[in-house]
Amino acid sequence: MSAVLFFLAAIGVIAGAIGVVVLRNPFFSVLALVAHLVSLAVLFLLLRSEFVAAVQVVVYAGAVMVLYVFVVAYVGGESDSIGERLRGVGSSQPPQVGSGLRFGGAILGVALLVELLIALIGTGLEATSGYGAGYVPGPKAFGTPAYIGNLLLTRFLLVFELASFLLLIGAVGGVVLARRRGGIGEDEPEVFVALDVPRPLGTGTTVEGVGSRTA
Amino acid sequence: MSIEWYLAVSAIVFSLGAVGVMTRRNPLVVLLCLELMLNGGNLALIAFSRMWGNGDGQILAIVVMTVAACEVCIGLGMIVAIYRRHLPIDVDELRELQG
Repeated sequence: MSAVLFFLAAIGVIAGAIGVVVLRNPFFSVLALVAHLVSLAVLFLLLRSEFVAAVQVVVYAGAVMVLYVFVVAYVGGESDSIGERLRGVGSSQPPQVGSGLRFGGAILGVALLVELLIALIGTGLEATSGYGAGYVPGPKAFGTPAYIGNLLLTRFLLVFELASFLLLIGAVGGVVLARRRGGIGEDEPEVFVALDVPRPLGTGTTVEGVGSRTA
Repeated sequence: MSIEWYLAVSAIVFSLGAVGVMTRRNPLVVLLCLELMLNGGNLALIAFSRMWGNGDGQILAIVVMTVAACEVCIGLGMIVAIYRRHLPIDVDELRELQG
Protein backbone atom coordinates (compact mmCIF):
# COMPACT_ATOMS: atom_id res chain seq x y z
CA MET A 1 0.00 0.00 0.00
CA SER A 2 2.68 2.45 0.97
CA ALA A 3 4.74 1.45 -2.08
CA VAL A 4 1.81 2.09 -4.41
CA LEU A 5 1.16 5.44 -2.80
CA PHE A 6 4.84 6.31 -3.01
CA PHE A 7 5.04 5.59 -6.71
CA LEU A 8 1.84 7.51 -7.47
CA ALA A 9 3.07 10.52 -5.50
CA ALA A 10 6.58 10.31 -6.94
CA ILE A 11 5.20 10.23 -10.48
CA GLY A 12 3.08 13.26 -9.61
CA VAL A 13 6.09 15.07 -8.16
CA ILE A 14 8.32 14.43 -11.15
CA ALA A 15 5.59 15.10 -13.71
CA GLY A 16 4.78 18.38 -11.99
CA ALA A 17 8.45 19.36 -12.01
CA ILE A 18 8.77 18.52 -15.71
CA GLY A 19 5.63 20.51 -16.38
CA VAL A 20 7.06 23.57 -14.63
CA VAL A 21 10.22 23.43 -16.72
CA VAL A 22 8.70 22.51 -20.07
CA LEU A 23 5.36 24.31 -20.37
CA ARG A 24 5.48 27.53 -22.36
CA ASN A 25 2.70 29.41 -20.62
CA PRO A 26 3.73 30.61 -17.10
CA PHE A 27 0.17 30.15 -15.91
CA PHE A 28 0.30 26.45 -16.70
CA SER A 29 3.71 26.31 -15.05
CA VAL A 30 2.17 27.64 -11.84
CA LEU A 31 -0.60 25.06 -12.02
CA ALA A 32 1.97 22.31 -12.58
CA LEU A 33 3.85 23.54 -9.51
CA VAL A 34 0.64 23.31 -7.46
CA ALA A 35 0.22 19.66 -8.56
CA HIS A 36 3.89 19.08 -7.71
CA LEU A 37 3.46 20.57 -4.23
CA VAL A 38 0.38 18.51 -3.43
CA SER A 39 2.12 15.31 -4.52
CA LEU A 40 5.14 16.32 -2.47
CA ALA A 41 2.89 16.71 0.56
CA VAL A 42 1.82 13.08 0.06
CA LEU A 43 5.50 12.07 0.12
CA PHE A 44 5.95 14.06 3.34
CA LEU A 45 3.00 12.19 4.82
CA LEU A 46 4.61 8.89 3.86
CA LEU A 47 7.72 10.08 5.69
CA ARG A 48 5.59 10.66 8.78
CA SER A 49 5.86 14.42 8.89
CA GLU A 50 2.21 15.36 9.09
CA PHE A 51 2.76 18.93 10.18
CA VAL A 52 5.17 19.78 7.38
CA ALA A 53 2.80 18.20 4.86
CA ALA A 54 -0.10 20.30 6.14
CA VAL A 55 2.04 23.45 6.05
CA GLN A 56 3.13 22.57 2.54
CA VAL A 57 -0.44 22.33 1.29
CA VAL A 58 -1.88 25.28 3.19
CA VAL A 59 0.95 27.80 2.97
CA TYR A 60 2.77 26.80 -0.19
CA ALA A 61 0.10 25.45 -2.49
CA GLY A 62 -2.50 27.74 -0.98
CA ALA A 63 -1.00 31.14 -0.27
CA VAL A 64 2.26 31.44 -2.18
CA MET A 65 0.81 30.01 -5.37
CA VAL A 66 -2.09 32.47 -5.20
CA LEU A 67 0.52 35.24 -5.13
CA TYR A 68 2.10 33.71 -8.22
CA VAL A 69 -1.24 33.46 -10.00
CA PHE A 70 -1.99 37.11 -9.28
CA VAL A 71 1.36 38.27 -10.61
CA VAL A 72 1.06 36.09 -13.71
CA ALA A 73 -2.39 37.52 -14.32
CA TYR A 74 -1.11 41.07 -13.78
CA VAL A 75 2.02 40.82 -15.86
CA GLY A 76 0.30 38.72 -18.49
CA GLY A 77 1.07 35.07 -18.92
CA GLU A 78 1.86 35.24 -22.61
CA SER A 79 4.65 32.65 -22.47
CA ASP A 80 8.13 33.80 -23.40
CA SER A 81 6.88 36.39 -25.83
CA ILE A 82 6.31 38.98 -23.12
CA GLY A 83 9.72 40.43 -23.82
CA GLU A 84 8.96 40.72 -27.50
CA ARG A 85 5.68 42.44 -26.89
CA LEU A 86 7.23 45.09 -24.68
CA ARG A 87 10.37 45.45 -26.74
CA GLY A 88 10.49 48.73 -28.55
CA VAL A 89 11.19 49.14 -32.22
CA GLY A 90 14.68 50.56 -31.86
CA SER A 91 15.92 48.33 -29.09
CA SER A 92 18.56 45.74 -29.74
CA GLN A 93 17.55 42.21 -30.39
CA PRO A 94 18.69 39.70 -27.80
CA PRO A 95 21.45 37.29 -28.68
CA GLN A 96 19.90 34.28 -30.28
CA VAL A 97 19.86 31.57 -27.68
CA GLY A 98 17.97 28.52 -28.67
CA SER A 99 18.61 24.85 -28.94
CA GLY A 100 22.26 25.22 -27.93
CA LEU A 101 21.31 26.60 -24.53
CA ARG A 102 18.63 23.96 -24.05
CA PHE A 103 21.03 21.20 -24.98
CA GLY A 104 23.77 22.49 -22.71
CA GLY A 105 21.30 22.95 -19.89
CA ALA A 106 20.04 19.41 -20.26
CA ILE A 107 23.59 18.03 -20.26
CA LEU A 108 24.48 20.02 -17.16
CA GLY A 109 21.26 18.87 -15.52
CA VAL A 110 21.98 15.21 -16.18
CA ALA A 111 25.53 15.66 -14.87
CA LEU A 112 24.14 17.31 -11.74
CA LEU A 113 21.64 14.48 -11.30
CA VAL A 114 24.33 11.81 -11.56
CA GLU A 115 26.50 13.68 -9.10
CA LEU A 116 23.65 14.10 -6.64
CA LEU A 117 22.65 10.45 -6.91
CA ILE A 118 26.23 9.39 -6.25
CA ALA A 119 26.42 11.75 -3.29
CA LEU A 120 23.07 10.80 -1.80
CA ILE A 121 22.74 7.11 -2.53
CA GLY A 122 26.27 6.01 -3.20
CA THR A 123 27.42 7.06 0.25
CA GLY A 124 28.40 4.45 2.71
CA LEU A 125 25.49 5.26 4.96
CA GLU A 126 23.88 1.99 5.90
CA ALA A 127 20.66 3.59 6.96
CA THR A 128 19.79 5.03 3.56
CA SER A 129 18.77 1.59 2.41
CA GLY A 130 16.65 1.08 5.50
CA TYR A 131 13.18 2.15 6.42
CA GLY A 132 14.16 4.77 8.92
CA ALA A 133 14.05 4.88 12.67
CA GLY A 134 11.28 3.30 14.64
CA TYR A 135 7.98 5.07 14.94
CA VAL A 136 5.63 4.89 17.89
CA PRO A 137 2.21 6.43 17.25
CA GLY A 138 0.89 8.77 19.85
CA PRO A 139 -0.23 12.34 20.49
CA LYS A 140 3.37 13.56 20.74
CA ALA A 141 4.89 11.24 18.18
CA PHE A 142 7.50 12.20 15.60
CA GLY A 143 6.20 14.83 13.19
CA THR A 144 3.00 15.81 14.94
CA PRO A 145 2.24 19.49 15.59
CA ALA A 146 2.96 19.01 19.29
CA TYR A 147 6.39 17.59 18.51
CA ILE A 148 7.24 20.35 16.03
CA GLY A 149 5.92 23.08 18.31
CA ASN A 150 7.91 21.75 21.20
CA LEU A 151 11.09 21.81 19.14
CA LEU A 152 10.37 25.24 17.66
CA LEU A 153 9.78 26.88 21.01
CA THR A 154 12.59 25.26 22.93
CA ARG A 155 15.64 24.21 20.97
CA PHE A 156 15.02 26.31 17.88
CA LEU A 157 13.56 29.41 19.49
CA LEU A 158 16.19 31.72 18.02
CA VAL A 159 15.70 30.22 14.56
CA PHE A 160 11.96 30.67 14.92
CA GLU A 161 12.27 34.33 15.86
CA LEU A 162 14.79 35.00 13.11
CA ALA A 163 12.49 33.38 10.55
CA SER A 164 9.59 35.55 11.64
CA PHE A 165 11.81 38.64 11.39
CA LEU A 166 12.92 37.54 7.94
CA LEU A 167 9.26 37.24 6.91
CA LEU A 168 8.64 40.79 8.14
CA ILE A 169 11.61 42.10 6.14
CA GLY A 170 10.42 40.18 3.10
CA ALA A 171 6.92 41.60 3.31
CA VAL A 172 8.20 45.17 3.71
CA GLY A 173 10.67 44.66 0.87
CA GLY A 174 7.98 43.32 -1.43
CA VAL A 175 5.75 46.31 -0.78
CA VAL A 176 8.62 48.77 -1.26
CA LEU A 177 9.71 47.13 -4.51
CA ALA A 178 6.26 46.85 -6.03
CA ARG A 179 4.79 50.15 -4.96
CA ARG A 180 3.82 52.86 -7.38
CA ARG A 181 6.59 55.41 -7.60
CA GLY A 182 6.15 59.19 -7.52
CA GLY A 183 3.00 59.33 -5.47
CA ILE A 184 -0.29 59.64 -7.28
CA GLY A 185 0.24 59.18 -10.95
CA GLU A 186 -1.26 61.15 -13.78
CA ASP A 187 -3.56 58.31 -14.65
CA GLU A 188 -5.50 58.76 -11.44
CA PRO A 189 -9.11 59.64 -12.13
CA GLU A 190 -10.11 63.21 -11.39
CA VAL A 191 -12.07 63.45 -8.21
CA PHE A 192 -15.00 65.79 -8.38
CA VAL A 193 -14.85 68.15 -5.46
CA ALA A 194 -17.67 70.52 -4.69
CA LEU A 195 -15.26 73.41 -3.94
CA ASP A 196 -13.93 73.27 -7.49
CA VAL A 197 -17.27 74.30 -8.98
CA PRO A 198 -16.98 77.76 -10.57
CA ARG A 199 -18.51 80.26 -8.26
CA PRO A 200 -19.37 83.90 -8.71
CA LEU A 201 -16.86 86.41 -7.40
CA GLY A 202 -17.24 88.00 -4.08
CA THR A 203 -19.19 85.30 -2.39
CA GLY A 204 -16.77 85.58 0.45
CA THR A 205 -14.69 82.60 1.24
CA THR A 206 -11.48 82.41 3.20
CA VAL A 207 -9.67 81.32 0.07
CA GLU A 208 -10.45 84.65 -1.60
CA GLY A 209 -9.29 86.55 1.44
CA VAL A 210 -5.94 84.80 1.46
CA GLY A 211 -5.65 85.21 -2.27
CA SER A 212 -4.29 81.86 -3.08
CA ARG A 213 -7.12 81.16 -5.45
CA THR A 214 -7.58 83.07 -8.68
CA ALA A 215 -11.28 83.09 -9.13
CA MET B 1 9.74 2.27 0.82
CA SER B 2 13.34 2.59 1.73
CA ILE B 3 14.84 6.04 2.19
CA GLU B 4 16.90 5.73 -1.00
CA TRP B 5 13.85 6.14 -3.18
CA TYR B 6 12.92 9.42 -1.57
CA LEU B 7 16.47 10.67 -2.00
CA ALA B 8 16.39 9.72 -5.67
CA VAL B 9 13.15 11.64 -6.17
CA SER B 10 14.63 14.65 -4.39
CA ALA B 11 17.74 14.56 -6.61
CA ILE B 12 15.59 14.36 -9.74
CA VAL B 13 13.45 17.31 -8.65
CA PHE B 14 16.52 19.37 -7.79
CA SER B 15 18.13 18.66 -11.16
CA LEU B 16 14.94 19.52 -13.04
CA GLY B 17 14.78 22.80 -11.17
CA ALA B 18 18.42 23.55 -12.02
CA VAL B 19 17.76 22.84 -15.70
CA GLY B 20 14.79 25.20 -15.59
CA VAL B 21 16.82 27.96 -13.95
CA MET B 22 19.50 27.59 -16.61
CA THR B 23 17.27 27.42 -19.68
CA ARG B 24 14.11 29.42 -19.08
CA ARG B 25 14.07 33.14 -19.82
CA ASN B 26 10.91 34.32 -18.11
CA PRO B 27 11.82 35.41 -14.56
CA LEU B 28 8.49 34.13 -13.28
CA VAL B 29 9.36 30.64 -14.46
CA VAL B 30 12.89 31.02 -13.11
CA LEU B 31 11.37 31.73 -9.69
CA LEU B 32 9.15 28.67 -10.03
CA CYS B 33 12.19 26.55 -10.85
CA LEU B 34 13.96 27.94 -7.78
CA GLU B 35 10.98 26.70 -5.80
CA LEU B 36 11.50 23.29 -7.36
CA MET B 37 15.12 23.25 -6.21
CA LEU B 38 14.13 24.27 -2.69
CA ASN B 39 11.48 21.54 -2.66
CA GLY B 40 14.04 18.95 -3.69
CA GLY B 41 16.17 20.04 -0.76
CA ASN B 42 13.17 19.89 1.54
CA LEU B 43 12.35 16.35 0.51
CA ALA B 44 15.92 15.26 1.23
CA LEU B 45 15.83 17.01 4.61
CA ILE B 46 12.62 15.28 5.60
CA ALA B 47 13.82 11.91 4.34
CA PHE B 48 16.97 12.21 6.45
CA SER B 49 14.87 13.37 9.38
CA ARG B 50 12.81 10.22 9.06
CA MET B 51 15.96 8.16 8.68
CA TRP B 52 17.33 9.22 12.04
CA GLY B 53 14.01 9.70 13.80
CA ASN B 54 15.08 13.24 14.62
CA GLY B 55 12.92 16.32 14.16
CA ASP B 56 15.68 18.77 13.33
CA GLY B 57 15.32 18.14 9.60
CA GLN B 58 11.65 19.02 9.73
CA ILE B 59 12.40 22.28 11.50
CA LEU B 60 14.97 23.07 8.85
CA ALA B 61 12.40 22.26 6.15
CA ILE B 62 9.97 24.73 7.72
CA VAL B 63 12.72 27.37 7.79
CA VAL B 64 13.42 26.66 4.13
CA MET B 65 9.73 27.23 3.39
CA THR B 66 9.94 30.58 5.19
CA VAL B 67 12.95 31.60 3.15
CA ALA B 68 11.16 30.49 -0.02
CA ALA B 69 8.15 32.63 0.87
CA CYS B 70 10.41 35.67 1.36
CA GLU B 71 12.19 34.96 -1.90
CA VAL B 72 8.87 34.75 -3.73
CA CYS B 73 7.74 38.01 -2.17
CA ILE B 74 10.89 39.89 -3.17
CA GLY B 75 11.11 38.26 -6.60
CA LEU B 76 7.51 38.97 -7.51
CA GLY B 77 7.91 42.53 -6.24
CA MET B 78 10.89 42.95 -8.54
CA ILE B 79 8.94 41.52 -11.49
CA VAL B 80 6.08 43.93 -10.85
CA ALA B 81 8.57 46.81 -10.63
CA ILE B 82 10.16 45.72 -13.92
CA TYR B 83 6.74 45.57 -15.52
CA ARG B 84 5.83 49.04 -14.24
CA ARG B 85 8.92 50.50 -15.90
CA HIS B 86 7.95 48.87 -19.21
CA LEU B 87 11.17 46.92 -19.36
CA PRO B 88 11.13 43.55 -21.08
CA ILE B 89 10.36 40.70 -18.72
CA ASP B 90 13.20 38.54 -19.89
CA VAL B 91 16.29 37.62 -17.93
CA ASP B 92 18.44 37.67 -21.06
CA GLU B 93 17.64 41.31 -21.74
CA LEU B 94 17.90 42.63 -18.19
CA ARG B 95 21.68 42.64 -18.17
CA GLU B 96 22.58 46.15 -17.08
CA LEU B 97 24.41 44.75 -14.07
CA GLN B 98 26.37 42.29 -16.14
CA GLY B 99 29.42 44.53 -16.25
